[in-house]
Amino acid sequence: MTLDRRKLADHAAGWGFAAPAVVLIGVFGLVPVVWSFALSFQHTDLTSPGTFAGGENYAKLVADPLFWDAARRTLVYVALFVPVTLALALPIAVMLNQRIRGVVLYRLAVSVPLVTSTVATGIMFSWLANPQFGLVNAALDAVGLPKQGFFSDPGQALFAVVAMTVWGWLGFAVIIYLAALQNVPRDLLEASSLDGCGRARSFWHVELPLVSPATGFLLVWLTINGLQLFDAVYVTTKGGPLRATTVLVYHLYNEAFVSFDGGYAAAIGCAVFVLIAAFTLLQLRFNRRSHYEVR
Amino acid sequence: MRRPSALHLVLLPLSVVMVTPLVWMLLVSVSTQAESRRFPPGLPSGIEWENYLAAMRDAPLGSWLVNSFVVSVVCVAGNLVLCSLAGYAFARIRFLGGRVAFFLMLATLMVPFQIVMLPLLIMMRSLGLVDTLGALIAPNLATAFGVFLMRQFFTTLPRELEEAARIDGASRLRTLLQVLLPLMRPTLATLAVLTFLQTWNDFLWPLIVVQSPDAMTVQLGLQSFQGAHTTNWPKLMAGTVLSQLPVLLVFFFAQRFFVRSVAAAGIK
Repeated sequence: MTLDRRKLADHAAGWGFAAPAVVLIGVFGLVPVVWSFALSFQHTDLTSPGTFAGGENYAKLVADPLFWDAARRTLVYVALFVPVTLALALPIAVMLNQRIRGVVLYRLAVSVPLVTSTVATGIMFSWLANPQFGLVNAALDAVGLPKQGFFSDPGQALFAVVAMTVWGWLGFAVIIYLAALQNVPRDLLEASSLDGCGRARSFWHVELPLVSPATGFLLVWLTINGLQLFDAVYVTTKGGPLRATTVLVYHLYNEAFVSFDGGYAAAIGCAVFVLIAAFTLLQLRFNRRSHYEVR
Repeated sequence: MRRPSALHLVLLPLSVVMVTPLVWMLLVSVSTQAESRRFPPGLPSGIEWENYLAAMRDAPLGSWLVNSFVVSVVCVAGNLVLCSLAGYAFARIRFLGGRVAFFLMLATLMVPFQIVMLPLLIMMRSLGLVDTLGALIAPNLATAFGVFLMRQFFTTLPRELEEAARIDGASRLRTLLQVLLPLMRPTLATLAVLTFLQTWNDFLWPLIVVQSPDAMTVQLGLQSFQGAHTTNWPKLMAGTVLSQLPVLLVFFFAQRFFVRSVAAAGIK
């Protein structure tokens, strides 16, 4: 009997400690997920009580050319943003991992965009990429190239958003790679150089395989964040010009807060969720196959 | 004497590119109107402090900064206390439903915020919190990420530490406060920095739940300021500098620590 009483005390203590956080996260994190799914089967403006809509929102989604346009743009964005960030981050991390003078300052310069908010980044880049007097056009002008519209050109706006978000996320990817590179055992690199590997070969055959978990993590993390792109678009182009930067979440925002079609917005949200879950599972499966471990 | 590395030839231009947006933000913020719009752009001839005064005068930047500060500090405090308690329970106490609760909580980490925000807005309306700081604080007071971080930390501690105190008759709470708290400092600092950064720079949630300027955070306020003053770049940049000053200061003074936190948590 005393044993049971102790167990009871454990249950009470456990819930006593965990309850405040669990209740808050349950109410504000878990309940809305179920609720959102329910909203996607309603007609609602999010203000007054909704009415049951059956599968109409999903039927609208399948037939909505704007949705498919937004989905295509989102995928184009992710297909550029993720590989470009990774391809820049790894060589930079390798260079910043060397013992050279001033490396601390270089690391500082690369990682400072990390703390810069998307709103501030958007304002800075709007000026830098200004079609009339921006710094980027001054650079183009200096080498004899014509001025470009960037955010105001429908053909370039999405690429300008890619460039801006790569600037914002590069430091993060570099930090993750640096941490992984610093875990590569020195004796492995020494062994490979004793075996006659040059710097480049030991990078390909030793360091690159050993940082593959970091690559896998970054692939998943950057993809998830890329699929949720919104802030950077809102503060620079508001989805324009000519919808050129209306990505999925921006479309969702428009439907919910401009067209007041909350049910349809919830359906788009569920589609984004499915997309994210599918990508994550796919990449996790792929990562498991290409995982190396040092014993 | 070592030969200077050839890597400088790559790293120096790269660093210049990375800091250029921030440097020009500073330069434009002290330029005159005309200087900010000439082509090609150049260095300002003097320092126009007036831009900062104008930014403060034309927008309630001061109260936006205070709002951001209040929201961030309260959320940091909430996360430190609530996530420590829950993390400890999930790591150390076997209790009914504990594993299920932990699993469900982790599951919320995989859900994008855009799914959560629509019902969350309805909830805030019925709680009467729309257009108040309460709406910005309540959903961020305890985070699944924070609980997970603290739980992972507690599982790395040797059990003997607590057992000795428990045998001496100390309660769980006392053990946590007197024995474990000193060891938790680095992890708590990580959680504090990340929570602060996230709430300070948050944009989408304030955008949909706050409309009146009185309850705006500095990020949201700055965005509305941008909409109203697209032609006055120096003033807009001055406001932008002010909005980023707190996080930039934290970053420069605690850079090493900061970088370690980001690497540990994988968050921007």
